[in-house]
Amino acid sequence: MAQRTTEFIVGVFMVAGFAALVFLALQVSGLTPGAASDTYTVYARFNDAGGLAVRGRVSMAGVTIGRIQTITLDQESFQAQVVMDIDASVNNIPTDSSAIIRTSGLLGEQYIDISVGADETAMQNGDAFYSTQSALNLERMISNFASGR
Amino acid sequence: MIHRIRRLGRQGIEVLRALGRSGVFLFGALWGLPRPSEGLPLLIRQLYVVGVLSLAIVIVSGLFIGMVLGLQGYTILSDYGSEDAVGQMIALTLVRELGPVVAALLFAGRAGSALTAEIGLMKATEQLSSLEMMGVDPLRRVIAPRLWAGFIAMPLLAVIFSTVGIWGGMLVGVEWLGVFEGSFWGNMQASVSFVDDVLNGVIKSIVFGFFCTWIAVFQGYDCVPTSAGISSATTKTVVYSSLAVLGLDFVLTAVMFGSF
Amino acid sequence: MPSQNRFMDSASYIDLENVVFSRNGRRIFDGVSLSIPRGRITAIMGPSGTGKTTLLRLIGGQLRPDSGRISVAGQQVPALGRKALYRLREKMGMLFQSGALFTDLSVYENVAFPLRVHTSLPEDMIHDIVLMKLQAVGLRGARDLMPAELSGGMTRRVALARSIALDPELIMYDEPFAGQDPIAMGVLVKLIRDLNRTMGLTSVLVSHDVPESLSICHFACIIADGHVIGQGTPEQLRNHPSERVQQFLQGQPDGPVPFHYPAPDPGQDWFATGEGA
Repeated sequence: MAQRTTEFIVGVFMVAGFAALVFLALQVSGLTPGAASDTYTVYARFNDAGGLAVRGRVSMAGVTIGRIQTITLDQESFQAQVVMDIDASVNNIPTDSSAIIRTSGLLGEQYIDISVGADETAMQNGDAFYSTQSALNLERMISNFASGR
Repeated sequence: MIHRIRRLGRQGIEVLRALGRSGVFLFGALWGLPRPSEGLPLLIRQLYVVGVLSLAIVIVSGLFIGMVLGLQGYTILSDYGSEDAVGQMIALTLVRELGPVVAALLFAGRAGSALTAEIGLMKATEQLSSLEMMGVDPLRRVIAPRLWAGFIAMPLLAVIFSTVGIWGGMLVGVEWLGVFEGSFWGNMQASVSFVDDVLNGVIKSIVFGFFCTWIAVFQGYDCVPTSAGISSATTKTVVYSSLAVLGLDFVLTAVMFGSF
Repeated sequence: MPSQNRFMDSASYIDLENVVFSRNGRRIFDGVSLSIPRGRITAIMGPSGTGKTTLLRLIGGQLRPDSGRISVAGQQVPALGRKALYRLREKMGMLFQSGALFTDLSVYENVAFPLRVHTSLPEDMIHDIVLMKLQAVGLRGARDLMPAELSGGMTRRVALARSIALDPELIMYDEPFAGQDPIAMGVLVKLIRDLNRTMGLTSVLVSHDVPESLSICHFACIIADGHVIGQGTPEQLRNHPSERVQQFLQGQPDGPVPFHYPAPDPGQDWFATGEGA
């Protein structure tokens, strides 16, 4: 085969490879260019972080507005400290909003839902939620129910 | 008994010697790519042989594996009412594991064995010797372009494999079984991270490509230059590469994803 | 036929002194000394498996001897570094037994290969040289064929054209006549002789085809069991007193090299199997 044809086909192959990588980046992992810098961080403490996972969804009215960055134990209060990255475009979350851990479906993954408050000041980078609601623990609920409490 | 132990020891020494030879060989070939003006056409030629010719099997296998994942995932997940997560399952399995591993196994079978046989044949027909006698180092001229072509082609093949697989999974999941397309992609995007999953998968495939090509090229170069020697070297390439890929995959997975 | 005196006059191009070489624990050369004159055809003959090809590889520096000296064109081959060795090899051509053409290149590209690698000649000059070399071996018309399409004799002629592409000082032929039909053999004999005469090439010919080799060489040497057992002009060899030399030259089935592979006493062997059964 002529060298030129080979070169062309190899070129197509390389382009296909990089296109596939771009597809994996944009369509599969939902990476949007420049998205990484356009977030701000807020905190929330939960008594029970349940099955919450790093990189889990943070949503408001069912729309994803951010991701969970880290989940650590706060050793003073013995609560779970959750750090969230919120999309910078959502810059008007009222300060009295509450963070609630919910489950998608009966057994689906857990995510943080932000229930909107009424305050006029908005949360800033580094703020924390005052009111939180921990994971709904199915097992504990059943045992409470069974013991009649 | 003593005899057996002695034989075991001798075999051990042989294995170590082969390892040593392969290390020296790798070193000589890696730093020996000829100057760009003559090396680039050679590299492109080998990229064609190693990469483009493996494309068909990689695409077809990727498509079918993605479709099977879609079917199996749907059946299992629908028991829990979470068939929406099928996209996430397909993507994570492919990007983290199956993409790099299966593509590397296919690569070892298709391109690796061909490399071994080709180089072995060049050795048996004295082409390598004749290069040496012409004052051309076969490590530079023959081995280095093939080695580099393997290193470059493998990650590309793995990424293409994953992409086609995800597309195949979507074909089954969304078009066929009726998973809602939005939640298929949405779930996937929510759970797949570019750095932790996609890039780690690419790193895996780079490592696999490195070892598969190294094994293939070395087996060809080191084979006994007879037809029996070439066929045994080709078999060894496929066996050693497959074992290396699976073993390394465990190690890499433990390092990359072991923390959770 | 040149006289011995004339042979003595010409300076030697390759000198081997007490070369010892063993492989896999087997001693292949046990003190071989040999000098190959410049500008002549020297035949190295011997039974199969005596390491004639190994000798060529030692001269080419592909193998290193355990001890002894090998000098080519005044340079000590085993002592050369990689770069110097590769430079020296540019002065050598070698015709391999299988031809060793590059299977993925056409005849033309095969012959052009050494020129492209070692020179930076413009394309039209390479074209002229390649056609000239192919013309010399009578295969100018076959330039667009691929090696797989050539017969055995043609393969060797192309390989010959390739090994003389850079106009070497020395050319080594490894079993050039093995497995050739009489016509191809005649062609090769003529080519080897013509190349030597017209270009003044120092030629080393390794072969066990006695009549063909003796008909073209100026000087011959017979190696067996790691030693040189006889050397001289073809005339001298034909009258050599050694029985082994005579057995080899005349191809007698029995002689100092016995017909039977060493075996225990026949009676004992048959007796033993009789008892075992």
